[in-house]
Amino acid sequence: MVSAGRVPLVSMRGIEKTFVGVKANSGVDMDLERGEVHTLLGENGAGKSTLMNILSGLYTADSGAIVINGEPRILRSPRDAIRAGIGMVHQHFMLVPTLSVWENVSLGLDDQPFFLDKGRVIEKVGDIQKRYGINVDPMAPIWQLSIGEQQRVAIIKTLYRSADILILDEPTSVLTPQETRALFRTIRQIKAEGHGVIFISHKLDEVMDISDRITVLRKGRKVASVNVKDVTKESLAEMMVGRKVVFQIGKTLQNPGRVVLEARELVVRGDRGRVRVDHFSLDVRQREILGLAGVSGNGQGELCDALAGIRKTEKGSIKVDGCELAGRRTREFQKRGVSYIPADRIGTGLVTGMNLRENIALRKYWRKEFTRFRLFIHWENIAGRTGQLVERYSVVNPGLGFPARMLSGGNLQKLMLARELSDDPRVVIAVQPTWGLDVSATLFVRETLLEQRDRGAGVLLVSDDLEEILSLSDRIAVIHNGRLMGIVEDPDSVTEEQMGLMMAGTCLEEFSPPSGDGSLGQEKEVTPSP
Amino acid sequence: MRYRIVLRRRYKTGVFFEGILPVISIIAALLFAGGALLLFGVSPLAAYRAMFRGALGSGYGLSEVIVKAIPLVISGVAVALAFRMKVWNIGAEGQIYLGALASAAAVRFLPSGNQVVMLLAMTAAAIIAGGAWGYIAGFLKSRWNVNEVITTLMLNYVGIHLADHFIYGPWRDPSSLGFPMTPPFPPSARLPLFFGTRVHLGVLAAVLLVLLFRLVIRWTRWGFEIRAIGDNPRAAEYAGINYGRNVALLMFISGAIAGLAGMTEIAGLQGRLQPGFSPGYGYTAIIVAWLARLNPWGIMMVSFFMGVLLVGGDTIQVIMRLPLASVQVIQGCILFSVLGFEFFRNYKVLLLRRERE
Amino acid sequence: MDVLIPVMAAAVRSGTPILYATLGEILTERSGVQNLGLEGLMLMGAFSGFSVTYSTGDPWLGVLTAFFVGVAISAVHAFLSVSVGANQVVSGLAVTMFGTGASSLLGRKMIGLTVKGFGKVPVPLLSEIPVAGPVLFDHDPLVYISYGLVLFLLWFIFRTRQGLNLRAVGESPVVVDAMGLSAARLRYLYTMIGGGMAAVGGAYLSLAYTKMWGEGMSAGRGWIAVALVIFAVWHPARAVLGAYLFGGVGAMQLRIQAAGTSFPAPIMMMMPYLFTILVLLVISVKKGKGILIDAPGALGVPYSREERT
Repeated sequence: MVSAGRVPLVSMRGIEKTFVGVKANSGVDMDLERGEVHTLLGENGAGKSTLMNILSGLYTADSGAIVINGEPRILRSPRDAIRAGIGMVHQHFMLVPTLSVWENVSLGLDDQPFFLDKGRVIEKVGDIQKRYGINVDPMAPIWQLSIGEQQRVAIIKTLYRSADILILDEPTSVLTPQETRALFRTIRQIKAEGHGVIFISHKLDEVMDISDRITVLRKGRKVASVNVKDVTKESLAEMMVGRKVVFQIGKTLQNPGRVVLEARELVVRGDRGRVRVDHFSLDVRQREILGLAGVSGNGQGELCDALAGIRKTEKGSIKVDGCELAGRRTREFQKRGVSYIPADRIGTGLVTGMNLRENIALRKYWRKEFTRFRLFIHWENIAGRTGQLVERYSVVNPGLGFPARMLSGGNLQKLMLARELSDDPRVVIAVQPTWGLDVSATLFVRETLLEQRDRGAGVLLVSDDLEEILSLSDRIAVIHNGRLMGIVEDPDSVTEEQMGLMMAGTCLEEFSPPSGDGSLGQEKEVTPSP
Repeated sequence: MRYRIVLRRRYKTGVFFEGILPVISIIAALLFAGGALLLFGVSPLAAYRAMFRGALGSGYGLSEVIVKAIPLVISGVAVALAFRMKVWNIGAEGQIYLGALASAAAVRFLPSGNQVVMLLAMTAAAIIAGGAWGYIAGFLKSRWNVNEVITTLMLNYVGIHLADHFIYGPWRDPSSLGFPMTPPFPPSARLPLFFGTRVHLGVLAAVLLVLLFRLVIRWTRWGFEIRAIGDNPRAAEYAGINYGRNVALLMFISGAIAGLAGMTEIAGLQGRLQPGFSPGYGYTAIIVAWLARLNPWGIMMVSFFMGVLLVGGDTIQVIMRLPLASVQVIQGCILFSVLGFEFFRNYKVLLLRRERE
Repeated sequence: MDVLIPVMAAAVRSGTPILYATLGEILTERSGVQNLGLEGLMLMGAFSGFSVTYSTGDPWLGVLTAFFVGVAISAVHAFLSVSVGANQVVSGLAVTMFGTGASSLLGRKMIGLTVKGFGKVPVPLLSEIPVAGPVLFDHDPLVYISYGLVLFLLWFIFRTRQGLNLRAVGESPVVVDAMGLSAARLRYLYTMIGGGMAAVGGAYLSLAYTKMWGEGMSAGRGWIAVALVIFAVWHPARAVLGAYLFGGVGAMQLRIQAAGTSFPAPIMMMMPYLFTILVLLVISVKKGKGILIDAPGALGVPYSREERT
């Protein structure tokens, strides 16, 4: 594999790492050559991020060896890793939101004097921008930047430190197809200069496009290291999951019924007081899944919070079954049958310190069947219901009295689905419902959402995974910067390319004959992605 | 071959562990505090011996411990209730003063010869005044998210000065030879005492409140809401639990309970209002609540222990001429030590062999 | 105007101890640690500064001692907050209890004694300036040092590499960690320095303000400083404004009392505390409207690298 005499840039041997009884990496080997893009492929939870966090010094391996440029290294901290020429762009970018771009770049630099040499940093950032075709304003504070721009800052940060080894953890999951292409151009430039790039992804098309070599991980173990020439998408998928994968989901044709959720001209502010949802309108009908596509951070979260009644709407109307609910209490939304699966399972959807019964009770404890004399909670009834639900949704659990934090990610999500979907809701709002789940849990969630649709609920599905949106939705709305860019009536009629343009801020009618109520979107200049 | 120390996060702890850890941390605290006392030129051994003998060496001492534990249990419940929702009510001291002030006002302005009527009026006054004092901070928190740590603390100073104003001014007993205190309460405004000791009816109120605390937290809708907010405020908001309304209500109730402690203290023990009648019960209550891990039974046990410390503190004050401040030092050390030992609750310390090739 | 000048000068004097404590807490909180122990730290500073000055006659040695006593005690708080990840509110209260208790236990023999302490040293030329001269430049050296400290911190926090690290660690310790800096070390450092500064504020009380030691002599100034940090939106320049505002309220209160009004003393004594609540309210209302920036993002949140929930 490795030609004699040439020393690999990175060589990791027999890496082991255990978290509270869970083996995240066991005996993983991986090599990276100069001038190659080496992809780490695997399901969520396969141990990719753990392995890379070890290489970037954030975690320490329980055992195993790391050799960089022929020199054995012990990476005790990120500092050691940075000194060894390793730069990682994390999934969460590791930027300080309140600081500006240049300040973020300067953070932790060794070559800076006691004073900050702003001029020099900005100059060098400018050089990098020119050389790699990355564009971003060095004076802007991070929190004002889009996710794509933030990623560019994170890449500039590692390039500034002249990283020889660049690790990109799921970089494309937050980008439009166009942005992804721009990123790939940058990656190729870096590669051409003789550096090594480790690319983490689970999107097979991209992996086939950018990689030279691929290492597949499954359940913390290395399955194979292969040259991209020698494999196909299908064989990779099989290696990744461990069996033949059927990506097809049984989606039946349904006739949508009347509108169950109607939003008109919604204006919602975010936590920092800025308008995040800007005169947004949509309809969700019975027996349909309306997909809401967009780059994350474009107001989807705020919109869904508002539609579920947990965030105040500044203007506009929200009707459920024709009943105006804007400005009403959260509980009114619940009583009308709006169920909500928020993106943040641990932070919002569940109380991980509470036990399973209490988590099932969380949005239902006030109901008549769960209280006595309207004052006391009827724990027996809740326990009974929890038992049924846990069984029906096959939540693997150590016992109903144990805190929810002891469940795995997939089971946490099932627990939340069990609570939210068990009472035949009229409207289901699901935000990133498969994020971070492995293939089988993802499949379970998707099937459950389709079941809800077939049963007669109106489903609003938010995801930044375009594939997920395209394969599940009956119609697709696209959001950019809090505005509706258009509604695609037939998902089969639209290319990923077009979707990408809309997600980047182009209105639907600008590149295709207007369809549906796409005219709701407002005019906006087409900005070519850099 | 070398060893390295590895910390593993714990996800659950056994009952034994839960029970033994506070005990260990108290012992450690007494050791720390002993060191501190030694540093300050006081023999810790002699001090501790005198303290425990004074507090537990006689029936009288024991009854005094219970007398001190009463306000601690009551205000401990007040504080623990707020802490359950992660609302930092540091203002129990001021709420105690307001409760006492209001019940003294009831005695002064609505005197009644009927003991039941008088005591009920005093209780109502104390609950309303203490509750209102807490509600100010709760309202500000709910409406404008004003930091409650600071408002409750500032209200302590304001409350104590307010009580001082009446004690030194309009309510001062003309026959007290210039001492700042109100006239003694009539017998109808005194709580009945038990067994010829100074243990008063407040002891029943304390036990009742502990039971009620348990009932509310474990079995009621409101208790569930409090716990949900305390564990994860964002999830609570998602569940449709109104934070603002709950925080205001909670602070009212917490303040009301602390106010009740003020009432039992002056109606049961002092029989009049005088400055400094509470030697920082409201602050000690914070230690009580924290050491008890907000657990109702724990509050009773820790209050008893703190009672021992306070009675012992009185003893060494008399015998060894040490100021009450030494008790404060011990309390501070206990809190430090309890927090320090949290570490062992959260982490398991392992010694692993380091592998090298 | 002539009436106001002494009041303004007194505002600066009585605002200075609060200023030291506030600046210290700004550093601590900007690193992401909340230290509610200022009251106890000030008392320990006041006591230790006084006792060293009393026995050596050198007030500078007293100030230095106070600083290191503050550093030592807040090291305990740093250990509990940073290494143990304990509740910082409760730990801060423990610092206050310990400091209050220990200072009065140790100081019981010092009550009634006086020291020469710091005297007025008018700055040549500057003190001749009308109004500003007597108000700002006719004080003891510790006041001048506090001016310098404010300027230094403004420069340090916003213009230096260390300051950048400080701002970053309070906002996102995980980023600081990933950039190869130690979040824990920064937090220890600034918690300890901040505690030391609070203790110097306390020493100002016993060495320059009253020149004697009294039990509980800080009288809630530590808590006021905690509130002022919020008022100052974690900015040293606004801390000056807040501290002198409170100094002014205190000075006015003393003057009115001395002038002999029929207003009862305890009611007068409530004023600074009520004023604190009022100030906090105004700030919070503004913040609610999105006019002001918020606290450091990770304030009060412990950080540990391999934390997995």
